This record gives sequence, structure tokens and C-alpha cells, in this order.
Amino acid sequence: MEKQEFNITVYTENQIGLLNRIAIIFTRRKINIDSLNTSPSEIESIHRFNIVITESEDVVRKLCRQIEKQVEVLKVYYHTNADVIWQELALYKVSTDVIAEKVSVERLLRENGARAVVIRKDYTVFETTGHREETDNLISILQPFGLIEFVRSARVAIIKDSEGFNSKLREFERLEPGEDVIENEYLNQGQKVFSM
Amino acid sequence: MKSQKINTVETQTVTIGEIAEQSVKSPAIELSGSQALLEALIIEGVDTIFGYPGGAIMPIYDALYDYNEKLNHILVRHEQGGIHAGQGYARTSGKVGVVFATSGPGATNLVTGLADAQIDSTPLVCITGQVFAHLLGTDAFQETDVINITTPVTKWNYQVTDATEIPEVIAKAFYIAKSGRPGPVLIDITKNAQIQKFNYEGYTPCNHIRSYRPKPIVRPQYIQQAAELINQAKKPFIIWGQGVILGSAEQEFKTFVEKSGIPAAWTILGAGAIPTDHPLNVGMLGMHGNYGPNVLTNECDVLIAIGMRFDDRVTGRLDKYAKQAKVIHLDIDPAEIDKNVKSTVPVWGDCKETLPMLTELIERKVLTEWHDRFKEFTRQEIEAVIHDELNPTSDEMTMGEVIKQLNELTKGDAVIVTDVGQHQMVACRYANLNKTRSNITSGGLGTMGFALPAAIGAKFGAQERDVIAIIGDGGFQMTLQELGTVMQSKVDIKIIILNNRFLGMVRQWQELFNERRYSFVDIQSPDFVAVAAAYGIGGKCISDRADLQPALKEMMESKGAYLLEVMVTKENNVFPMVPQGCSVSEIRLK
Repeated sequence: MEKQEFNITVYTENQIGLLNRIAIIFTRRKINIDSLNTSPSEIESIHRFNIVITESEDVVRKLCRQIEKQVEVLKVYYHTNADVIWQELALYKVSTDVIAEKVSVERLLRENGARAVVIRKDYTVFETTGHREETDNLISILQPFGLIEFVRSARVAIIKDSEGFNSKLREFERLEPGEDVIENEYLNQGQKVFSM
Repeated sequence: MKSQKINTVETQTVTIGEIAEQSVKSPAIELSGSQALLEALIIEGVDTIFGYPGGAIMPIYDALYDYNEKLNHILVRHEQGGIHAGQGYARTSGKVGVVFATSGPGATNLVTGLADAQIDSTPLVCITGQVFAHLLGTDAFQETDVINITTPVTKWNYQVTDATEIPEVIAKAFYIAKSGRPGPVLIDITKNAQIQKFNYEGYTPCNHIRSYRPKPIVRPQYIQQAAELINQAKKPFIIWGQGVILGSAEQEFKTFVEKSGIPAAWTILGAGAIPTDHPLNVGMLGMHGNYGPNVLTNECDVLIAIGMRFDDRVTGRLDKYAKQAKVIHLDIDPAEIDKNVKSTVPVWGDCKETLPMLTELIERKVLTEWHDRFKEFTRQEIEAVIHDELNPTSDEMTMGEVIKQLNELTKGDAVIVTDVGQHQMVACRYANLNKTRSNITSGGLGTMGFALPAAIGAKFGAQERDVIAIIGDGGFQMTLQELGTVMQSKVDIKIIILNNRFLGMVRQWQELFNERRYSFVDIQSPDFVAVAAAYGIGGKCISDRADLQPALKEMMESKGAYLLEVMVTKENNVFPMVPQGCSVSEIRLK
């Protein structure tokens, strides 16, 4: 199977050490994590990880099962880029003098959807969000004008067909949860019996 | 991220421990973290602890001084010995093994045992002491980052820095260790939390963690599909593993096998789930397993895998493994389904529940021709390998004949604990096992030095049974300090050293695959009988066949521990063998 980018979404308890427990599932298999974001979810006490790796679906499915096996992990999903809406945020620091002098810079920033976050006498910080190519593009545009510093966030992704996690969490809290919570992730729903 | 409350619901308060009883009368009873820990162990039904004290766990040992009558603490000679003993105890008793160790080196010495327990799904709760919380991260004396070191080799681990957490954390630890696919749990408790007094409000065992699903829901449609495949099969084959034993599903499994009439073979850890001499038990799978089960894996039309995980030592070359067969995989761990071998029907669930459902739907079958295929392979294997191994004509003894003679004395009722290497393969191939929980060995990790301490624990887990440790001359020297534990705690185990004066399994590989370049496998040993004598343990060394039967008899009849060293052929090989990188059907008889 061909390798491609996969977005892995993990809902977890907020527990010290869990980040390591999840990270070593990748490092043990010598798989590089392209991007990792972890932050509180919309539900109190539940954290959401967004992990991006480039692998075949077969490998990703096995990794997800290993992650979901961890005691403090509630649920894991994986999606291709086509299945998610995703963004990365980037900050660019450039000299204010250069911006002020060269009108073209302002036009370029506007064309790339950047907005100023901080304007000081000595430097200005711009921000833009978008896909990797878009934020990369602005780097190459600003490079000739003396880009001082650049930083990019990890990827965050919204799952297109997700109905959210609130109702699922209530099921998890029950002693005998409903079937939809513990669905067989590996089951090919289209076929009654697995094909080899 | 901040630490958070442990989530448990639908709880019930149990009051077995004395203090727990008092706590009902006066809820505001003040206990130290150490006392709360020991109360928790009593309520969890712990009777034996294997451990070794040290600076950072001293408050727990101080509390233990007053609990001596309720908790039997076995002082081991090394923490690795302690955890292997805990494993042996868990494997024979079916209960959770409990191990104490101090911080730093005490805790790092547990790592091999944790890895072993993790890969062999053995339920353990290990308690390690840790430096005071305010010293964490300062490179304090005997401080090690135990949580991060043990994360890859534990099912769950947690550091306690406040005594009030102890009852909930211990409850969670036991629940996680024993439920679902069992495994080792490590709880690291800082010294301040051990000392700290708090208002103890009793102990509540845990039966639910919202983020943890020990048992997947059984899907009747898969049972249905599996039954259909089995009923249509002409050459079905059952392979089972330790899951049957861990799930206490031996009876359900036996009923399933007997109704189906299907030949069944076992992985090394599955041995004994049904008796060795059961007519449908066709033998052992894998690298040194039996001829028929390996070859016919690549001939069967439906392969029914129950509570096993398709380890590479079982499958050989994966892309040539059972490709012709439809695979039904029963397992409690969803991560095992399709991990190594693609399943046609995944029967996700606890086999104690799924097997009876399957049994009900399958038809009774007569598979005479198919059974005859197994019999023909057995005949060939007896002729080429087994007969000479068990009835050698050379002057020197073989490992196989020792096991054969032992079978006659034990009648298959003893617990057989093995180490790792040639003797392990021979013992597992030839030992008769009538009962479940009789074969204690390091299967997944292959830990040399496992057997002696595991046998100690096995005896505490099954006091009424004979426990026989069969160990090689190499492995015995890895943990022989535990003879001290045998001496002090008067552990009635029988030790057989099969001494071939080589690290035999590596030598075998060097002979077969490295042109007999015997690189560092020529191992010298001390006078084992004299070593045993130094610990006050009786023993004998024999090298003549004529002495074998009387010596084994003397060993079995002796009171207390006994060590029998048997000098065996130096350069004997274990066959059959599936060489690494070969398919199971390419198994060699010589």
C-alpha cells in the first residue's frame, strides 16, 4: 500500500505521562511524527491529540489500535487529508523599516492573507494560517525582505463527518456502553465477511 | 498537564481489612500512605508479596512489620528474582502477583520481568519506592525516572506523590492488571506519600474506568460467520494459546474442541489448557513444535486461532503462512486482530463468552482422513526424532529421556517451570501436562534466568502441587542467587539442571547456520551440587543412565527443596526445527 499523510485524532484523559506512552508507539517502530498537537478538547478533562504521519493505511490502522489499547485513551480515529479540514498557523517577524519602505511587501502580505499581530518600531509580526504550501510560500516571499524569524504550529484538523465527541463520552461513562462506541474499526462495512 | 482524579463508578465499599472495618465505625481514621497501601492489598486478596527493601521504600516495610500475619512477604535475593517469582505466582494461581522494590537500582532491576510479563500477559502489581517528591528531577540518591523507563513494558504505570491518591490508584492498578488482556502495572510511590498521614475512608475496588475497555462487545454476526466457515470446512485446524488459560476458559475450550472433532495444536504458553494426551491434541506449534501441526497449517482450509497472537516463532515466514486457509481469529485484544495474520472472520471478545456461542452453532464432525494426515506426520516424527530422543542408544543421556522418566513419576500432575533454550523446547515438547496452569515458562521474551525464581513463585501460587524447575546450565547461573530465597523461605521446589556444558540453543544455531563457529557458547559451571549444599539444599549429580530413575525418585520423595544435576549429551540438537526465515512447511527433521 502506498504511503500518504494520515491525520490521527486521539481523545484521551488528561494524564501525565500519556504523551510519552503515545509517542513511543511511533518511535518503537521508527516512524517519524510529522506534526503533533495536543490541547484540551471542547469537553472538560478530555484532551485531543492531532498527529500527522506519512505511512500506508495498513500501518496506520495498526498504530491506531495500539494507541487505543492504552488505558487512558478513549478513542482514536484516522483520516486522510481529503477527510479533514486542516490548518497550520505561522508567524513571521520582519523589519518594520523594510515594510514601511517597500510598498510591494504590503501587497504581498495581503495577497497571502497575512495579518499583522504586532507592529513595533523595530519589527512587525505577521500571522497566517493555511496548508503547509501556503505558509511555506510566504516564507519564500518574505525571505528577500529580510525575514528575521519564523515559526509554524502543529497541524489542527476537523473531521468532516464527525458528529463530535460529547455524546460518545457519555456512553464511555456507562458501565455497558452502546455498540456504536466500541465499533469494530477494522471491519470493512461493505463486506459481510472479510476478504483476505 | 495536571494530574487528575481517577474515574470510577458503580462502586461498592468492601471491608475486609481490620482497619477498613474500623473505618466504617469511625470514618475519620488516620492512616499513613504505607498503611493504606497494605490495607488495599489485603482487601484485594493478596496473600504473598515478593520483595526487597531499600531506602526509598522503608516506610512501606516499616508498616509491613505490623502486617506480618496477613501478608506473607518473601525476601528475594535480587529484584529480578522478585518479579519472576511474582510472575510464577500469578501463572499458577491465576491471581495478581505483587512485587515490592525500592527506587533506582531496585526499580531498574524489575525491567526485565516487566517486559517478560508484558509480552506474556501476566497480571502483576509492582510497587516501587521513590525519592521524596521535592527531590524528583534533582538526581537525588537512588533516583531514577522509573515511570518513563517502564512505560514501554507496562500495561499501565502511575507515580503517587500524595497519600490521599493511594486507595484509588491501587484499586485501579489491580483492576487494570487482571482485567481484559492481563499485564503488569507499576505504581511508583514517593517517600513523602508513604509517610504522609491522611483521613482514610476505606477501600473501594475498581470495576470501571471510562477510557478503558477490557472486554470488547461480542458480535453475534461474527460468531455466525465463524460457525458457517467451520461447518463448511473439510480440513479445519484449531490453534490455541494462553488466552484460553488467562480467560479461565479451559472447560469451554474443551467442549468446543470435542464437539467439533477438529485437531487442535498449542503455542508454548497454551500448553496444558487441555491435557497432553487428549485425543484431539495434536501437539505443539512453531519453531520446535511438532511436525504435523506445522506442515498442516499450510494445508488446512479453515484455521481457527483462539487466544493466540501469531508470534513469529509460531508462524515462521509470514508471507508463506496459511495462505490457503480462511482464518478465524478469537481474541480479547482488538490490536491483535490482523496484526500479523489477516483474519477472514474476527471474533473479537473474551473466549469464555465466545467459545460457548460458537460451540452451540457448530456441527459434530467426523474428519477421519484429516486426522490420519496428522497421524502420518506423527509417525514420521517419532521415527526420525522422538524415538531416539526418548530412547537413546548412546552412552550419554539426552534431555528427552530425562523428561520421559520424569513423566512417569509425576503422572503429568506437576507444575513444570522451564528456563530458556534447548531444555525448554525439549521439556515443553515432551512433558505430560494433565492440568491447566502447569507449564510456566518465559515464552515471548525468552528470559534466561526466569525458571528458578518463577518456580519459587509458582510454588507459593500452588502450594499443594509439585513444582519442578527444569533449567539449563547457562540460565541457572543467571539467577542462582535465589537459592538463598529457597533456603530462607523453605520453598519446596525440585530443581533439575540439564547440563550439556554449552549454551546449547545458540550452539545449535552456530552448528547449523554458522559453520560450527562456536563463538562463546562453551560455558563452564561451578559444582552445582556443592552450591546447593552451601545453601543447605540437598542434591545429586548423575551422568549414568542407570542412575536416572532412582535419582529422580529420590528427588521427588525428598522433603524440601532438592537439586538434581543431570549431565546430558554435549552436542545434541532440538528437532524438528523451522529455520528462521523459512515457512512452517519447510520444517526440518534433522
